Amino acid sequence: MGNIIRQATAGTLESSDVFVSLEPCASGLEIEIDSVVQKQFGEAILSVVKEVLSEHGIDKGKLTVTDRGALDCVIRARVETAVLRGKGE
Amino acid sequence: MIRSMLFLPGNTPNIIVNGEILGADAVILDLEDAVAPAEKDSARILVRNALKYMGFGACRVTVRINAIDTEFWQKDLDAIIPVKPDLIMPPKVSCAKDVQTVDAYITALEEKLGLEKNTVGLIPLIETALGIENAYAIASASPRVRAIFLGGEDLTADLHCKRTKEGNEINYARCRMVVAARAAGVEVYDTPFTDVNDDEGIYTDAQYAKSLGFTGKSAISPRHVKAINEVFSPSAKDIAYAYEVMEAIRIAKEQGKGAVALRGKMIDAPIVARAQQTIAMAEALGLGREA
Repeated sequence: MGNIIRQATAGTLESSDVFVSLEPCASGLEIEIDSVVQKQFGEAILSVVKEVLSEHGIDKGKLTVTDRGALDCVIRARVETAVLRGKGE
Repeated sequence: MIRSMLFLPGNTPNIIVNGEILGADAVILDLEDAVAPAEKDSARILVRNALKYMGFGACRVTVRINAIDTEFWQKDLDAIIPVKPDLIMPPKVSCAKDVQTVDAYITALEEKLGLEKNTVGLIPLIETALGIENAYAIASASPRVRAIFLGGEDLTADLHCKRTKEGNEINYARCRMVVAARAAGVEVYDTPFTDVNDDEGIYTDAQYAKSLGFTGKSAISPRHVKAINEVFSPSAKDIAYAYEVMEAIRIAKEQGKGAVALRGKMIDAPIVARAQQTIAMAEALGLGREA
């Protein structure tokens, strides 16, 4: 639990990966998703991102997610890594 | 039945997600050498999520953690043990105490998390001169040890010699590892053949390892998996002969004969033991008599 206290990134722009960037944001949660499969899976990606944020008690922060066709488990991992780094853990 | 073990870098999704279709009997998800220090957290989280949500089908999963003289190994185990890999590979194991240190930490985690005990095995990576000399003690250090694994690259650095394709410099280590493993009743895996473009060399190297008694061999490239699987599988001729041996033994028992000959050669206990091993291996691999 806790908030994002610093800017952090995780992942890469390689195929099957996702690059996640986040930074503190006082006003609430802002999530921007850019995916090569936006049309088909944009909603599903957003849902996974929100789920991981919720698991870590994050309700404030600005996230940019650049997806290169990553599976859910990879998206989960990269968002979690970025969150833990952003929380300073 | 694990013949081939394929190393996959732990922080590379496009390789990990294809892990189960690369043909290896087991994958080794690497959190150690293949991962930069700044990405250790990222790799262990990725590997944990891959194990938790994706799975690797029939492919057995080993996770190579960081060495116990680093700040990372306990965090690796904290992340990985809850998702129950088949094996944990601690690197740079040089004595029995190294194994027992990792074992104790895993046991404490299992107790804390309410997991069934001793389901996660250990495959210590032996890659130092001291480790080779202590191979039997390492192999018998804990009931968790399922196999020991030779790391030729680090070993040759420790031996102050050059790693060659012929491998004369690791011959003693290979022999000692096999003897230690068999004496301790565990399996034993050979170091990778590192020239990924040498398609003939991998056959020669794997055949030599098999001739010494290794259970299987590791690879750093999917290109080597097919050769390793072929070499470490019993041939159709081996399987046919093994069944002939067992049939000859059966007939001799029926006839009350003490000594048995097959094709002019005495069938003694070691030949029967080898035949039984071959049949067990063939059955595990789904190879029939006519394979």
